[in-house]
Amino acid sequence: MFLTFITFLPFVGAVFLAFMPKENENAIKQTAVAVALTDFLLSLLLWTNFDNTTHKMQFGLNIPWIEAWGINYHVGLDGISLLLYVMTTFLTLICIIASWDVKKHIREYMMAMLALSTGMLGVFIALDLFMFYVFWEFQLVPMYIIVGVWGGPRRIYASIKFFLFTAVGSLLMLVAIIWIYFHIQQTTGVATADILYITEHLDVSLDVQKWLWMAFFLAFAIKVPMFPFHTWLPDAHVEAPTAGSVILAGVLLKMGTYGFLRFNLPFFPQASYEFVPMVAWLAIIGIIYGALVAMVQEDLKKLVAYSSVSHLGFVMLGIFALNPYGIQGALIQNINHGISTGALFLLVGILYDRRHTRLITEFGGLAKIMPKYTICFMIAALSSIGLPGMNGFVGEFLVLLGIFQVNGLWAAFATSGVILAACYILWMFQRVMFLELKNPKNMELKDMNTRELITIVPLIVLIFWIGLYPKPFMNTFDASVTHLVSKVNPDNFRPHQEHKSDSHGEHTQLLTPNEMASLNHKLQMPNKVLIKE
Amino acid sequence: MEPILAPESIDLIALAPVLVLSVFAMMVLVLDLWGGRNKTLLMFTSLVGLLMTAISAFAKHPIPAYSFNDSYVVDHLSLFFICIFTLSSALAILLSVEYNEREGIRAGEYYALILFCTVGMILLASSTDMIMIFLGIEIVSICLYVLAGIRRNDHRSNEAALKYFLLGAFATGFLLYGMTLVYGSTGSTNLFKIAEFVKNPSAQTNPLLLMGLVLLIIGFGFKVASVPFHMWAPDVYQGAPTPVTAFMSVGPKAAAFAAFFRVFAEAFPELSPSWELLLSIIAVLSMFVGNLGAIMQTNIKRMLAFSSISHAGYILMAVIAKSSLASSALLFYMLSYAFMTFGIFGIVIILGRKGEENLEMSNYSGLAYKHPVIALSMTIFLLSLGGLPPFAGFVAKFYLFSAAIQEGLLTLVIIAVLNSAISFYYYLKVVVFMYMKEPEAEFKISLTPMTLFVILVGVIGTINLGIFPNAIIALASH
Repeated sequence: MFLTFITFLPFVGAVFLAFMPKENENAIKQTAVAVALTDFLLSLLLWTNFDNTTHKMQFGLNIPWIEAWGINYHVGLDGISLLLYVMTTFLTLICIIASWDVKKHIREYMMAMLALSTGMLGVFIALDLFMFYVFWEFQLVPMYIIVGVWGGPRRIYASIKFFLFTAVGSLLMLVAIIWIYFHIQQTTGVATADILYITEHLDVSLDVQKWLWMAFFLAFAIKVPMFPFHTWLPDAHVEAPTAGSVILAGVLLKMGTYGFLRFNLPFFPQASYEFVPMVAWLAIIGIIYGALVAMVQEDLKKLVAYSSVSHLGFVMLGIFALNPYGIQGALIQNINHGISTGALFLLVGILYDRRHTRLITEFGGLAKIMPKYTICFMIAALSSIGLPGMNGFVGEFLVLLGIFQVNGLWAAFATSGVILAACYILWMFQRVMFLELKNPKNMELKDMNTRELITIVPLIVLIFWIGLYPKPFMNTFDASVTHLVSKVNPDNFRPHQEHKSDSHGEHTQLLTPNEMASLNHKLQMPNKVLIKE
Repeated sequence: MEPILAPESIDLIALAPVLVLSVFAMMVLVLDLWGGRNKTLLMFTSLVGLLMTAISAFAKHPIPAYSFNDSYVVDHLSLFFICIFTLSSALAILLSVEYNEREGIRAGEYYALILFCTVGMILLASSTDMIMIFLGIEIVSICLYVLAGIRRNDHRSNEAALKYFLLGAFATGFLLYGMTLVYGSTGSTNLFKIAEFVKNPSAQTNPLLLMGLVLLIIGFGFKVASVPFHMWAPDVYQGAPTPVTAFMSVGPKAAAFAAFFRVFAEAFPELSPSWELLLSIIAVLSMFVGNLGAIMQTNIKRMLAFSSISHAGYILMAVIAKSSLASSALLFYMLSYAFMTFGIFGIVIILGRKGEENLEMSNYSGLAYKHPVIALSMTIFLLSLGGLPPFAGFVAKFYLFSAAIQEGLLTLVIIAVLNSAISFYYYLKVVVFMYMKEPEAEFKISLTPMTLFVILVGVIGTINLGIFPNAIIALASH
């Protein structure tokens, strides 16, 4: 019940806002913040009460919903979804504070934000395919409205593109969901769409697995977005209002990666294994392509948007390493990307609010007049690059470690993404912050005010927290990842045996499940190494 | 032909809804003579009549009950359909009252026509004999021809009526010819006897029978406005008075689908290899032409006409699947379609004023900030029509697609979902106008209570069927 309460609290808040007088803007904003804050604090309670030692679903609730079809309202959190859940409430709060200066239709804006929050939270807790689909599609609408109403000049084009891209992918997933539903009904005699039950009982041939896998893949790959399905992302990001971009990068894209972990891997382990090379290459193309395109962008926001494509490539690579390092890295990188890219979008938004332009050439020398801003920007930028001691490093390191065990070549390509990231971020940083302060319009720029600091500082704290002491985060999903890998990849096999000699010697043999356990024990290793830094 | 009425099979209780409604319809005609200009009484009588009809439909126990020499049946399908018909006719009447007053439509026969049309629909959904089906179709069609042209002084309305009549008469000809050929080659007009006869392998290759089947498809295809027999729909939808448009895109269409389903699922399941492909092509064409056509429209009634063509395409999948799950899906789909459609047309009516109907999409610019509740309702209806959860349209589509997938119609379902994605484009276009554009002119909305009530019913139905569909699904799937 508690989980349900937290999930629907924002929606109730949105309905409540609908009855508030439009004129009283301050009261509307304060109510929205209060709701989001309460929701965030309550979700922290979930985290503190979470039992790290098990992969089982917690805070569960399972009541019949559409009995005629055997569809239940089944919710729960495990290690994979918990952090994403907490991050959603956290970023919603940050975004609502960051949207203080929205001028147009503030009440509707806050309502859309809160409704969006419920939609996203629902995606992460749903343990019934039907219910998952309902939330998955539902959250499109508030996001569509946020981009379309409060966005930039090309907002209508961008919002419709966003909606249609996602809809096409998810509708094909719907077909796969229905197919699975009937298949389960035929083979086990139980009419259910329960995700846990299906994970246990779905038994289909490899060919069928591949088709179903493709259907789910398309839905999630568009959402992530993976190359070549990424074209909606730069449009949506650039046109969305600042808070919309933060939510988009921080949570919506994570729904795609979450989908891979929750559905593709456990439902179709063999197919996932078969498709590893394809996904890996697409991810690598995404990493490098995203970075190269980011490098030539003239618009700050577009640059950050393309860097998202690159970063998410890392996450995908980590997931499809199909080993504990990779998946742990992917999960932590999920969070990292939300934090550092979120911070970058917020910072770009702060600049845009002052100058109403985001062109890099318009700026230069801002360090002299906006010192606080420059420091914050620097931290976020370095975290995005993956500087040791900051969060990005932990994630990228683990992902690379994981993928290196699979294929050294892939790891080499992926590493080049890190280097390219340093190029585009630092180059941009140099052009905006250093050089001469030439543009007269920039002379009078004010540094960050308290409200803006309130939105950025928590993110910076997290950047260092995860960078220096990731253990509390890693521990949450340890058991779940171990369980997932033991299901998907029981032998923890290496697809490319010829690279055996390149990778870590002791890990390259095919491991039995028993040996897996000992391997998982060693997983604590990277944490310890990192803590020392 | 065998004698149609064998005395022992006359069952007036089974026929009760038809009788009750006919009596009320005639009562309305008579009251119109006495009541003069007071139309409230007519409306009230009609509504009571519809309510009584719905109740009397449940008089027959146990179901399924066959009477009149197996030409009339009370079964699950027909009962549920009668509920849909009476509901949609009642909503249509509620929508009409204020609209007619505004547009100066004073004809008292308006209500009687809707009731008689409903009688025809009930006959259509309950008939298991070709002759009865033909009678039902004719009753429905003739009432609709008149209703479409009831705004006598409006040239669009006249055009709609004339077009509908000419093409409709033509299509009825096809239908009748098809029935004749089927009768000629099977020796019966009764669906069960035909089914019995068709089991015989030699009958299955009879060219006359197959020809008859094709003609039947053409006839029904016209009545449900599927491609390539859809040409009339946009013009008639646009020209007919808005409540009539709403009415005919729900009730008569549902009735035609009921008959369509009955004929093909009960009489010709054995022949399905020969008609499945043809119907699939028609379904796919309807989806594409409907959706792509709707994208081009700027007039909201024309857009809805094309959208209804695409929905006919989706619903045809139920006929192709022809399982019991498909019949339940058909019922659920038509019910949720009724809520969405009446809601949406209610909003279209509210936005219009006498003489200026405000049917262009641009008339909706900025509506969300002047009348947020109306705009939100409109958004709900549009998204639900597109099939977005958590609204009725999604559950309906889920149901329909499930039925189709169960029968292995995977390709068809994939085409259908891609079409749903296309349809979002034009449904969202209206949302774009309402939420993302500035108002062009002052809104002069006439918030009339009865129309608002219909919209409210639509919203409640759409949300309720989307979030708590269990009860209705249980009812639909017996």
